[in-house]
Amino acid sequence: MNSVNNLYRQVIVEHYKNPRNKGLKEDSKYHSLRLKNPSCGDDVTIQVLVEDGLVKEVRHQGTGCSICCASASVMTEIIKGKTISEAEKTINAFYALIKGETPSDEDELDEAIAFAGVAQFPARVKCATLSWKALGALLVGEDGEREVHE
Amino acid sequence: MINTELIRKDFPVLTNNPKLAYLDNSATSLKPTCVINKITEYYEQYGVNVHRGVYGLSYKASEEYESTREVVARFINASTEEVVFTRGATDSLNMIATMLKSKIASGDEIVTTELEHHSSVMPWQVIAKENNAILKYVPLNQNGRITIENFEKTLTSKTKIVAITYMSNVMGYITPIKEIIKLAHQVGAIVVVDAAQAAPHMKIDVKDIDADFLAFSAHKMLGPTGLGILYGKYQYLQATNPIALGGDMNDGVELYDATYKDAPHRFEAGTPAIAEVIAFKEAINYLNNIGMENIAKHEHELSKYVIDKVKQIPNIKLYNETVETGIISFNIENVHPHDAASIFDECNVALRAGHHCAQLITSWLGCNGTLRASFYFYNDYKDADQFIDALQKAVTFFKEWE
Repeated sequence: MNSVNNLYRQVIVEHYKNPRNKGLKEDSKYHSLRLKNPSCGDDVTIQVLVEDGLVKEVRHQGTGCSICCASASVMTEIIKGKTISEAEKTINAFYALIKGETPSDEDELDEAIAFAGVAQFPARVKCATLSWKALGALLVGEDGEREVHE
Repeated sequence: MINTELIRKDFPVLTNNPKLAYLDNSATSLKPTCVINKITEYYEQYGVNVHRGVYGLSYKASEEYESTREVVARFINASTEEVVFTRGATDSLNMIATMLKSKIASGDEIVTTELEHHSSVMPWQVIAKENNAILKYVPLNQNGRITIENFEKTLTSKTKIVAITYMSNVMGYITPIKEIIKLAHQVGAIVVVDAAQAAPHMKIDVKDIDADFLAFSAHKMLGPTGLGILYGKYQYLQATNPIALGGDMNDGVELYDATYKDAPHRFEAGTPAIAEVIAFKEAINYLNNIGMENIAKHEHELSKYVIDKVKQIPNIKLYNETVETGIISFNIENVHPHDAASIFDECNVALRAGHHCAQLITSWLGCNGTLRASFYFYNDYKDADQFIDALQKAVTFFKEWE
């Protein structure tokens, strides 16, 4: 059960049980994007407030497995306060981590480093990356909702 | 019980993965060596086109291709001219819906159920909208079963089509199909049976149940992927225009008109999945050698054994305790099916997690997905025990989260 223990690290379980920054704001300054994966039912909406090139706040709402929900929660915490280019760098570092590569800068991933174990479960990569994909798309100007197929 | 020790040697995926408990048979079955070898035999010995060449090899390929039609026809007690090769059960069901579309007028009713696979209901959703017809669902009983009584209540003189599963791919229940077809025929309705789940696991006799149309896939019953069967009563097939037009399905083509071959060939335009068709008869012969009754009995024995043990484990929500086949649908309380699936994966138990392309029944059950273990005749008590062991580990693992 080593791989499973590695998958469900304490940080992940904790964020799953006590999600941070959950619930969307009714505020037109926020932009939001809803991504749904019809094959597994994960359904996440990410909301961002960007001001003066800074990601002031990230919020999330949705349903899914623990990896999906915890990943959204962790992401909202570590992205907050970053510039858009810093945030994009962190997103790419997270993708590298999930693929089993060593990220160039582990510090910027902070608690998200707990998701390293996902690399051993290829079927769960889509769960871990869904909210990060939403954030990445939001930062380049997309909003609304769409389905993700993979 | 079937002697699985000998049988398992015929399945290379099992011998190449000795630790694997393969319990995802409802999604697709493993393939025996005889099927794999037959595909190679076609490509190496007589790998040319069918129904075209006036030379020996083409004749041989055509003969091998057509002999599968005979084997399939015998397998379901049909005539060879009633057996159409398609790309899969999904393709068959879509083709049947297209064939029957013109028979449905405004205000007519199409009756189906919440136990259907998406491919058995989605084509009718579209046709109901386009033809201004009414799509009606038979209410399921408290266990999630289709009953004759509830079907009778749903049926009216306006019912033109009944689209119904023979065996649910989530709940594993067998539909009382013979009685339902009899009732449907009394009001003049045409019955389309989705047998994708039934055909691999039980004896089917289209004449006995009096099905008008019936569909299944080769890959769920030891055969190759990309091949399905469309059974239709000859009177219906012959009265229907072809769906795809082109090579091999015509009798003669002139500038502004063409004539078509008789059924079933008018429905097989273009070069078909020749190797797959040829190899499929090996799959059916293999199943016939074991016996469909023995297969059904074996799978039910295993599911009974597993259900008895599952009931002793706390925090399990079992959805189909009364099942008579080899499918078990369940969840661990308060655990997302995909979280649980990773524990099974770690324990080398392959099962399905999610809505199984049958979202209507997962919604009916009030969940966003289930875990499904589905047995076949090559599964043994060792697989069952490995499954129970993994389930216990999963329950213990997630209990620590509370």
